[in-house]
Amino acid sequence: MAQIEHVSMEAGLASALMQRRTVVVGLIILAVFAFAAVFAPWITSFDPSALSVRDRLTPPNATWWLGTDEFGRDVFTRLVYAGRVSLLVGAGVAFLSSIIGIVLGLLGGFFRRLDGIVSRVIDAMMAFPDILLAISLVAALGGSVANVIIALSIVYAPRIARIVRASTLVIRELTYVEAARALGVSTWRIMLNHLLRNMVSPIIVQATFVFAYAMLAEAGLSFLGVGVDPETPTWGTMINAGRQYIGDAGWMIMSPGLSITACVLALQIVGDGLRDALDPRISKEL
Amino acid sequence: MAAVDQDQDILLSVEGMSKTFPTAAGDVHALKDVSFAVPRGSVVGLVGESGSGKTTLGRCLLRLVEPTAGVVRFGDTDLRALGNAELKRMRKRMQIIFQDPFSSLNPRMRVRDIIGEALVTHGIGRNRSERREMVASLLEEVGLEPDHMNRYPHEFSGGQRQRIGIARALSVEPEFIVADESVSALDVSVQAQILNLMQDLKDRRNLTMLFIAHDLSVVEYLCDEIVVLYLGRVVEHGTARQLYSSPAHPYTRALLSAAPVADPDWKRNRQVLRGEIPSPLSPPSGCVFRTRCMFADETCAAQIPAPVSLSPHQTSHCLKAGSI
Repeated sequence: MAQIEHVSMEAGLASALMQRRTVVVGLIILAVFAFAAVFAPWITSFDPSALSVRDRLTPPNATWWLGTDEFGRDVFTRLVYAGRVSLLVGAGVAFLSSIIGIVLGLLGGFFRRLDGIVSRVIDAMMAFPDILLAISLVAALGGSVANVIIALSIVYAPRIARIVRASTLVIRELTYVEAARALGVSTWRIMLNHLLRNMVSPIIVQATFVFAYAMLAEAGLSFLGVGVDPETPTWGTMINAGRQYIGDAGWMIMSPGLSITACVLALQIVGDGLRDALDPRISKEL
Repeated sequence: MAAVDQDQDILLSVEGMSKTFPTAAGDVHALKDVSFAVPRGSVVGLVGESGSGKTTLGRCLLRLVEPTAGVVRFGDTDLRALGNAELKRMRKRMQIIFQDPFSSLNPRMRVRDIIGEALVTHGIGRNRSERREMVASLLEEVGLEPDHMNRYPHEFSGGQRQRIGIARALSVEPEFIVADESVSALDVSVQAQILNLMQDLKDRRNLTMLFIAHDLSVVEYLCDEIVVLYLGRVVEHGTARQLYSSPAHPYTRALLSAAPVADPDWKRNRQVLRGEIPSPLSPPSGCVFRTRCMFADETCAAQIPAPVSLSPHQTSHCLKAGSI
């Protein structure tokens, strides 16, 4: 009966989330980063790639709020523009891996004949260390934002697929699916209306975590130099550049590092909050 | 098949149906050589304990579960020979009402979509508003308010949810309905309401029904004929009147004596069934009921009982039929 209880989730979800103070903090952090990413050109008047060799490695001051890097570029400006790439990659991977995962999971869970193949593919992919698989995929596809999103979506799709498959196995045995079959409803419609609709919450929760993992992985790839074009500012490339000046210009590495940490932490908190709010057994106790 | 008059108009007939589920421990014979017929416009009760195969039989009739062997005839159509497209068309003519009013309704769909889904699937109704009106009139027909269609299932009680399930089954205007223990999950007072509703609908829409139940008191009220199932086999088949007045099979007698009677002065001659229904993995030899039968002897272990016609209205699958 667990599913019946959280049926009113759409209405109660917002208030359930707002009751948790840490979740509110997480949402505010994410909102700030999202706002900065969207309105980057209005937030800062600098050009993220404008060089000013005279001002290189200037510590933070009134003009350069977070200092300048080794080419005299404004770190704050680059940080804001880098956030665009990081959030785009995170959101893109969360979305694309959910699509891939939903298709794979539904196919594997619903059609027994496909289950063997789908499950083995999922197992095989999960057997690779995430970052290693991502590196080899990006190496094969070539480094660009789109390719990083594709590569990371392939890496994280099995996480979604596993959850979708498990939910499918449970829901397809429920009586309302049998009722739909008895009425002659098509398999396609059953999957959409009866299966997918009843597993939206676990997918949203997992996609939030994938968002966070993908941002971390993107930073890792950029730091290793196998991610996006090194000229594109991302938090990973900024940390990589700042690494060499860590003793003289700690601000170069500090701000992108803190941004990643804050974003990932906020996403994890919101993900946990969503999971609790969508699970009636936990939310009742609070 | 002596219990069925040959000149009756038969809507659905089952001949030699078997269903075997392969398991790691061996084959489970859920149904074995089941035959009976449902005359058009009648209500046939299917009774038996838990594990007797009632539900599997209902599912097999609608091909929700594929039978292993046997013939199911609906009108002139051999249901098991149908391809997917033909089966989908046939599904409009036969429907099922489920036992559990909770798991049988999708919690994430509004009532109008639950009832209207089949209308969309089968292209009934020209447009959205026409389908909406059809849903509204279906809701009224089962005793709910038309504006209930905008609600979700969790806003309803068990009895109301069962009404929604009935409306869903009626949406395609079927001729035949399998009611799979449709009232046994409900409170007794609600049970009576739902039974009355089903009786009304049956009369108004001229429905033919297979009414699956595990106790005979509910069946007596509604059914014209009764098929008694034990361990996946038919043990007795007859008109309701005949079966209630003179049950021939020891199993039917035991079931009848277990049914509660609302009369404190009524002295019953109770026959309490001992033990559990045997495992369908390894059914007893000969008559499967012999392990719990007070009349059983060596012949019962050796011989599989053939159907014995006791009258044109009653058939018993007992070796000692007529003599006990």
